[in-house]
Amino acid sequence: MRVRVNPIDCTAHGICAELLPEWIELDEWGYPAVDSEPLPEQLVAHARRAAAACPTLALRLQQD
Amino acid sequence: MSTQPFLPPPPPPPAFKPGAPPVQRLLRPADSPSDNLAAHLARHGRMPAASPATIMGEVDASGLLGRGGAGFPAGRKMRTVAAGSARAVVVGNGCEGEPGSGKDDLLLRQSPHLVLDGLSLAARAVGADEVHLVLHARSAAAPVLAQAIDERLRAKLDTVRVQLHAVPARYVSSEESALVQFLNGGPAKPTFTPPRPYERGVSRRPTLINNVETLANIALIARHGSDWFRSVGDADEPGTQLITVTGPGTTRQVLEIETGTTVGSVLATAGIRYEDCQAVLVGGYFGTWLAPAVAHRLPMTHESLRAAGGALGAGIVIGLPHDRCGLAETARVAGYLAAHNAGQCGPCLNGLPSIAGALQKLAYGPWDERMTAPLARWLTVVPGRGACRHPDGAIRLIGSALQVFAQDVDSHRAGFRCRGVGNSQFLPVPHLAAASGPWR
Amino acid sequence: MTVVASAATFSSSPLWYLTRSTGITAFVLLTITTVLGVAATKRALAHPAWPRFATQQLHRNVSLLAMVVLVVHIMTTLLDSYVNVGWLSFVIPFWSSYRTLGVTLGTVAFDLLLLVVVTSLLRLRMPARLWRAIHFSTYAAWPLALLHFLNTGTDAAHQRWGVWLGIACAATVVAATGVRFATSNTPRPLASVTRSAR
Repeated sequence: MRVRVNPIDCTAHGICAELLPEWIELDEWGYPAVDSEPLPEQLVAHARRAAAACPTLALRLQQD
Repeated sequence: MSTQPFLPPPPPPPAFKPGAPPVQRLLRPADSPSDNLAAHLARHGRMPAASPATIMGEVDASGLLGRGGAGFPAGRKMRTVAAGSARAVVVGNGCEGEPGSGKDDLLLRQSPHLVLDGLSLAARAVGADEVHLVLHARSAAAPVLAQAIDERLRAKLDTVRVQLHAVPARYVSSEESALVQFLNGGPAKPTFTPPRPYERGVSRRPTLINNVETLANIALIARHGSDWFRSVGDADEPGTQLITVTGPGTTRQVLEIETGTTVGSVLATAGIRYEDCQAVLVGGYFGTWLAPAVAHRLPMTHESLRAAGGALGAGIVIGLPHDRCGLAETARVAGYLAAHNAGQCGPCLNGLPSIAGALQKLAYGPWDERMTAPLARWLTVVPGRGACRHPDGAIRLIGSALQVFAQDVDSHRAGFRCRGVGNSQFLPVPHLAAASGPWR
Repeated sequence: MTVVASAATFSSSPLWYLTRSTGITAFVLLTITTVLGVAATKRALAHPAWPRFATQQLHRNVSLLAMVVLVVHIMTTLLDSYVNVGWLSFVIPFWSSYRTLGVTLGTVAFDLLLLVVVTSLLRLRMPARLWRAIHFSTYAAWPLALLHFLNTGTDAAHQRWGVWLGIACAATVVAATGVRFATSNTPRPLASVTRSAR
C-alpha cells in the first residue's frame, strides 16, 4: 500500500502531516512531501485516518 | 509480415544544400510550397487500403518512437488503445509549445496531407470513430490544415471527419492530459494521472495521441513498410527525425536527420561551427545544456541523451555563442517556465518562481550568499511533486546550466561583472504577455 | 406565576419535558458544532498542542451527539399523545396539523442535517466537491432550527431565558459565519521566500 497525493486537489491544509508525521513532511509552502515507498504495516491505520481527514480528499491510499 | 506489396521507396529528392543529409523522407526544401491533395497524391500515392492489423503490425515492427518528446513506442501505444474497453478516439498533436521548435509547424505547412493520412491510418488501426487535430491558436499552419481537411472531405478520402481545434498557446497545454481535458470541454491544463489518456481520455474513452511528425511517419510506413523505415537511422530507434537547429552564424532551420546522428554533425549540417559554441542546449526547455565536447560525440537518440543525464525531447538543438551569458539566458527561460505553470500544484507554482528569482539574482546580480542553500533545496524539493512534468523539466534544465556554466556561477557569485549579460537575448523566449489569458 | 398558568395549558407528561429539553440541548449542540466546523477550516488555528484534526474530530463527534439528541427530541414529540404531529412529519414538511409552520421548520432542518450527516459518514465514497456543496446546506439548516425554536419552542415563546438563549446562539453563529467567509484561508508560506519578478 502506498500513499499518494493528488497535487491538483491539494490546497496545503496540512492535516495529513499532523496525522502521519512519520511519512509526510510539509515543505516550506505548506504542501506535503510524501514518501513513495510502500507503507510499513504499523502506519497503515494512521495513513487511513490521514486520508479520511484530508478536507479535499487529495491524499489517497493506493493498493499496489 | 504483410501480404500486400509495398510501394517502392520514393526516389531521393536532390540535396538542397551542400553537405545536406542524404535522407529526406518528410521534408522538402524550406521554400517549397504546401502540397495540396493533387500534389500529395502525385508525390506519395494513395493511402494504402491496409487492414487495422496490418497497420499496427507494420508500425510495431518499424520500431517508430513517438516524435513529440516522450519517445514512447508508437506501435505499443496503438495496440493498447485498440485493446481498450471502449471505442477509441485519435488526436493528432500539432501544438508546438516549445519556443525553440519549428518542426511541427514546417511539416504541417509543407505536407498537411501526409499528417492527415497518418491520422486516418491511426484511426483505422485502433477503430476510432472520432478524430481530432489540435493546433495552437494563431498557428500559421491552421489555414493550411483547414483547407486540406476540406479537400479530403470533398474527395471522401477519410472514413471519419477530422475535427480541427485551436488550443491556447501555453507551454503546458500541449501535454497529453491537458489536450484531453481541453477536448472534454475544460481548460487546457494537465490533469492528475493515472488514468493516462490511452486508458481513459476524451469522453472517458481510450485516446491515442500522436505528434504530427509521428503521424507523418506512420503514413510513410503504411506505404513503404517497416523494413524500409528501419533501413536508416539507429538500430534501436530507427528512422529519421526533424530537428530545429539554432546557433551562432546562422538563422534557425529545421533539418531532417537519421536518428543517431551526433549533435556535432547536426550543428555542422546547419552550418554552425562547433568552436563557436560555448555550450549546446539539446531537447529544448525540457532538456539540458551540454558542454560542446560532450555534445559533439553524442548521438541524437533518446537512450544516449538519457544516459548523458538529458532528454532528446522534441528535437531541438541550440548552440550558444561565446559572447552571451549562459546563466542570464537560462534565467530568462526560467522566468518564462515559471510564468507558464498551470497554477494547479503548490510545489510548482511556488517553487518555480522562487528558483527563477534566485537564478535572475545570480545572473544579473547582486547575488546574496544566503540564497545558495535555499536554491539548492528548491532544486531537490520541487521535482516529482506536480501533476505533470513541467517543474521536473525546468529544474533539469536549470540544474544542467549550473553544472555546465559552473565557472560562470563562481564568477557571478564572486561579484565579477559579466560581459555577456547585457547581450543575452539569444534563446527564444516569447513575450510574457502570453502567460496570461484564457486556458480555453 | 405565568409559568404555572401556562403550564396548566400543556401536558405535564414527562415526554413533553423531554421534548423541550432535548430540543434545547440539540439546538445548543448544533451551535457548538457550527463553531467547531468553522474552526476546523482555519489554518491559523492549528497548534502543536491542539492540531486541526482534533478540532475536526470534535466537530464530528459533537454533531453526532447533536443528532442523537435530536432524534430523541423527535421520538418524544411523536410519542407524546397530547400534540398530534403525525409520524411522517419528522421527514415530510407541512405534515403536522399542530403548528404546521413551526414543525415544518424543524422538519426541513432535520432533513438537511440528515443528508449532511449521511454524506459525511460516506464522505470517502463520494466526490469531494459534492460533499462540500451538501455540507454548505448547514448554513441554511441552522437558521431553520432557530426559527423552529422561536416559533414552536415553548420555552422561547414563553420564557425570557429562552429568548436570550436564542439570541446568544444566533450571535455566535453569525460571528462564526463571518469568520468563515471573511477571513483568509490561503496556504501561507511557512518561511519567507524570494519571489521572482514575473
